[in-house]
Amino acid sequence: MTDVVMPQMGESIVEGTLTKWLKKPGERVERDEPLFEISTDKVDTEIPSPTAGTLVEVLVEEGKTVGINTVVARIESGAAVTPAAPAPAAPAPEAPAAAAPEAPAPESPAAPAPVAAPPVKASAPAPATPAPEAPAAAEAVAAPPVKASAPPPLPPVEEAPAEAAGPLSPLVRKMARENNVDLSRVRGTGAGGRISKQDLEAYIAQSAAAPQEATPAPVAAKPVAPAPAPAAAPVPYLAPAGQAKTRIEPMSSMRIKIAEHMVLSKRTSPHVTTIHRVDMTKVAKLRDRYKEQFKANYGFSLTYLPFITRASVAALRQFPLLNASIDGNNIVYHNEIHIGIAVALENGLIVPVIRSADEKNVLGLQRSIVDLAARARSRQLKPEEVVGGTFSITNFGSYGSLIGTPVINQPQVAIIGVGTVDKTPVVIDDGIAIRSICHLSLSFDHRLIDGALADQFMSKVKQVLENWSEEVL
Amino acid sequence: MRKCQVRELGRIGYGPALALQQELVAGRKQGTAPDQLLLLEHPHVITLGRNGHQENLLASAEIMDRAGISFFPTDRGGDVTYHGPGQLVAYPILDLREWQRDVGAFVRAVEQTIIDTLADYGIEAGRIPKLTGVWVGGRKIAAIGVHMSRWVTSHGLALNVNTDLSYFQYIVPCGLTKPVTSMVQLGVRVTLEEVSRTLAAHFGRVFDCEMLYEAPVLAAERENRS
Repeated sequence: MTDVVMPQMGESIVEGTLTKWLKKPGERVERDEPLFEISTDKVDTEIPSPTAGTLVEVLVEEGKTVGINTVVARIESGAAVTPAAPAPAAPAPEAPAAAAPEAPAPESPAAPAPVAAPPVKASAPAPATPAPEAPAAAEAVAAPPVKASAPPPLPPVEEAPAEAAGPLSPLVRKMARENNVDLSRVRGTGAGGRISKQDLEAYIAQSAAAPQEATPAPVAAKPVAPAPAPAAAPVPYLAPAGQAKTRIEPMSSMRIKIAEHMVLSKRTSPHVTTIHRVDMTKVAKLRDRYKEQFKANYGFSLTYLPFITRASVAALRQFPLLNASIDGNNIVYHNEIHIGIAVALENGLIVPVIRSADEKNVLGLQRSIVDLAARARSRQLKPEEVVGGTFSITNFGSYGSLIGTPVINQPQVAIIGVGTVDKTPVVIDDGIAIRSICHLSLSFDHRLIDGALADQFMSKVKQVLENWSEEVL
Repeated sequence: MRKCQVRELGRIGYGPALALQQELVAGRKQGTAPDQLLLLEHPHVITLGRNGHQENLLASAEIMDRAGISFFPTDRGGDVTYHGPGQLVAYPILDLREWQRDVGAFVRAVEQTIIDTLADYGIEAGRIPKLTGVWVGGRKIAAIGVHMSRWVTSHGLALNVNTDLSYFQYIVPCGLTKPVTSMVQLGVRVTLEEVSRTLAAHFGRVFDCEMLYEAPVLAAERENRS
């Protein structure tokens, strides 16, 4: 059986992402035939198989990123072909496997003592058996006491060499495999902790010596074991792998782009948000009056959004700085008003743009909003329909939010957030009235827009909405 | 000194350029072809790297077709990107075993080539840790995506000289984008040919090889260009 490892693609490269398996488990692979592809630092590389044989096991799934030298697959070498690394003495790898289940330390700190005793006894004759086996059994079963009485570090016996720090030469890797050494236990003295051949030889020599020194340890361990039971603390190492408390999954590209844009926007623009309370009663009545007829005439519902868009357009005409963007030390005034409407998708959001929104009435705006939202959700938008916005509106009120502080859609300088429209008691001329109230938030780029201007702009929006005078049908 | 042949291919379709690269890579692996640096410009094309996700493309095939943009899934590293007129594309076909067996060093050296090239035109460009590519003031001016097989590289870099940057918006969902820039946007007006000569010279210096210009383009390849 040959281990296939994540190759080391350069001095500074410590990990790689397995992007594609070119063979499936059970398939035959020739030596040097491309076996899988990895990605490191914008470089995709085909990795050839180190040996001929049958791919028996794939240990790392596509999309996973692992450290160099991590075993990603095992190949059962073909009979006639390239020899795999000589198999370690058969009993060696089994030793820890047998011992491990008998060391249920993690379950209850008190329990291990009695349970630990028999295996310790079992491993007492260990010195007679091949070198690596004994220390393994000792460590697995009675680690804390041994640590207390036997200073030399004990090499564990694991079939798969774990990740080691720093790059490794093929020679060191081969030696480690042949001697069944976990390289993460070897102290590297080369540049950057690199493990040299000498380091490995020293370690192997030390390990061979260890069993003699360790022999008294298990004996000592027996009486000592009950006392330091709580010291059997390195529980996390033994925690069953299946019960992870987290789940890791890569972000979709859309999520990555959204994240980048959000951070970019917050880093670029000093955001300030001002909130105005708008009495939507007049618009609400208009909407109620024409709702059904509107739906019958045009096939879609009339919402508050086209009214708010229309009012925003009127205010943008009056205060063109809110329809501008910043380019270096220049202010770019956009003569056309293209309004982005944020649309929530199942796993993200998108901001399609109503072109020349100032040329549309409520009907035209509503038609555009319905059309863009539907096509955004079915991914039918044309690329040019999501670019070129000069101002944006986001309607979180449809999800029940009263007030939000939206993030500016760069390179724009302002965005209106629409809260929910609720019937609310308000004081008018010292009397209490029930009105349809909506909170509109304006987040603006304080580099370009001062608070006074922002509030004049919002007052204009409010004034248009509260004194609505345009026909709807 | 190692030698590297420069091949200036002019404007060449992505498909023919890809086929040429594959042929040269095969030759390089067998030792029948030298190290080469292909310098060219593509017509409008959007390409998807091996790690890219098709969901980054908003436009359907027909829509892109109508806009005159072709689409290629490829085997290079990186995500979705755009190539088009005004963008200098350089594809080094190098056997890294004869330079350094180190993909990290290779990518840094490609970045250095671009940084040095831009410095010749007074543009101060640099790296952003973990964001491969070359950046000017937080805007990306050059993208890098490489494929490697048996230490032979293909694909490479794309430097915006006077690219119409609005095309980058086609590949980005949500109207959200890392900002991009170009030499012309930074006030430097130069031809693609001039920048390509400068870049080849810096490439030779960074990779420590002699750049040879005599390589003729085969007639058959010319015809394949679209």
